Amino acid sequence: MNFIYVLPIGDITKEMLGVARKTIEKRFDYICNVLDYEEIPEQAFDTERCQYLSTEILKRVLELCPENATKIIGITPVDLFIPILTFVFGQAQLDGKAAVVSTHRLRQEYYRLPRNDTILFERLSKEIVHELGHTFGMVHCHNSNCAMHFSNAVRDIDVKKDTFCESCLRVLRRKL
Amino acid sequence: MIERTRILIVDDELVIRESLSDWLNESGYYVEAVEDGAKALDKVREKEWDILLVDLKMRGMDGIEVMMAVKKIDKELPIIIITGYPTVDTAVEAMKEGAYDYIVKPFNPEEIDLIIRNIIAHQKLLKENLFLRQELKRRYQFKDIIGKSNKMQEVLMLVKTVARSNSTIMILGESGTGKEIIARAIHSESPRDEMSFVAVNCAALPETLLESELFGHEKGAFTGAVAQRKGKFELADKGTLFLDEIGDMSPKTQAHLLRVIEEKEFCRIGGSKPVKVDVRIISATNKNLEALVKDEQFREDLYYRLNVVTIDVPPLRERKEDIPLLVTHFLHKYNIENKKEIAFVDEDALALLLQHNYPGNVRELENIIERAVVIAKNNFIGSDELPPSIKAAPGKTAHASIVEEASLSLDEIEKIHILHVLEASDWNIKKAAGILEIDRTTLYNKMKKYGIDRE
Repeated sequence: MNFIYVLPIGDITKEMLGVARKTIEKRFDYICNVLDYEEIPEQAFDTERCQYLSTEILKRVLELCPENATKIIGITPVDLFIPILTFVFGQAQLDGKAAVVSTHRLRQEYYRLPRNDTILFERLSKEIVHELGHTFGMVHCHNSNCAMHFSNAVRDIDVKKDTFCESCLRVLRRKL
Repeated sequence: MIERTRILIVDDELVIRESLSDWLNESGYYVEAVEDGAKALDKVREKEWDILLVDLKMRGMDGIEVMMAVKKIDKELPIIIITGYPTVDTAVEAMKEGAYDYIVKPFNPEEIDLIIRNIIAHQKLLKENLFLRQELKRRYQFKDIIGKSNKMQEVLMLVKTVARSNSTIMILGESGTGKEIIARAIHSESPRDEMSFVAVNCAALPETLLESELFGHEKGAFTGAVAQRKGKFELADKGTLFLDEIGDMSPKTQAHLLRVIEEKEFCRIGGSKPVKVDVRIISATNKNLEALVKDEQFREDLYYRLNVVTIDVPPLRERKEDIPLLVTHFLHKYNIENKKEIAFVDEDALALLLQHNYPGNVRELENIIERAVVIAKNNFIGSDELPPSIKAAPGKTAHASIVEEASLSLDEIEKIHILHVLEASDWNIKKAAGILEIDRTTLYNKMKKYGIDRE
């Protein structure tokens, strides 16, 4: 059996995990299992930037990856960065096993707007599909509606869908 | 397969190299990363890159030094200087030394993505521009000046001799003899060939418009001058300006032109700031300029300025031995253009082509062959495919033959003559009206009356 695991790192609600499982099973046709909550690895915290180094979180995700996992994705509420960029919505091993997504900048509250869980769940679904797509070897797509379209800002996420365009879907089918 | 954009990262911090490589890889770019300037130079020598991202502060060679060394190998390669320690001085220095951009680490994803996409778009335009320049050069090489006759060989010798010099050239010849092709060939063989060849037809525009066309204008210089506009002189800077039909230039414009030639600078219309230019002028005319000088219609001082070297292009009737060669050339050209495979022109048709006098010169012959290729049903061109003007009595022009035809009415003779003049002037209404000495409206009315249509 092939499984994709979801690892909640920090305070992630049950609703979010439910959304994640539903999206993964729908878009990748794998059985999705949710693992137990994991603490946020403190060594990932950068005191200068007050953000978490996503590479460190990704390492922790890999350490906790069950043997029978085809892929694993961590979901965390903290703000992630990589050294070269001011922030990232998520990170993945290209054609690898693990990915991580942050909900920090997916929340309306981050942009000083009233809380809206529907929007948050939609954005989360899209980012999960996007980062898992990378683990299946898919690169960014020029189609702004495709889940693999690169999101520089949250408005890019809102434009795209949580589905793949025809050409990305062909790539995914070869990998599944 | 779409070619991937190749990006080389030069940064002495492993974590930056890795995170930037991973991030760019996710976007589908081909990425390599090296830790110092020496390795970067090896990579640049080894293969082609589209973009270089170079860290400013590195041990050994710093980013600016790497950029300057890379520019010696590939001066067109766009280099983005990246730094975690931005200062105005380093930003200014980087841009002055030729950096495409200067960005601060950590990057905003939107900013770096936009810069890379802009570079890709810019490079695409540069490649297109280079291709089009090469294509133009290919089209206007000496080989396109066709002629084995002694007269044309003399012209070619002269063209080759003067092309490398910086002399002002006057090309004389009847309409349709290929004066612009010769001017373009001179430009393409000159040291100015990397810069623009700009052609202006002095007869096509009224005096005020021609001045604006040549010298440009400032915003608000006249009604309709809604923005500043560069003139042909500025566009041709470091290149060649071809002034066709120079004999039709008004005395006022002649005076302005003379001043530009003498002072190598001018002011845009409505402006007061002089603009310096370095332009080689090639002019051409089908008029007898010496006679115009005698009649005081053309300035003598300008005539001598423009006429440092004269190239006299013979009319086609004086080099009929070139007709078979030209026919073969145009046959090949229009076969390709019309996706046809016409193999030859039969003896009867060739004899008719050799007998014709060509008032419209090579352009007239070209039009005849183009028409014949289009209408030919077989794999050759016979006399049926030639226009009536060619099929006049042997040794006579169509004009002579219709005058001698006593059975034609005045209207019929007028129709045939208008048709003939239109063909000879390449269906240029203004030229044809000029030859017929009627205005354009009258010519249009007569064409309508006789049902004359190019198609």
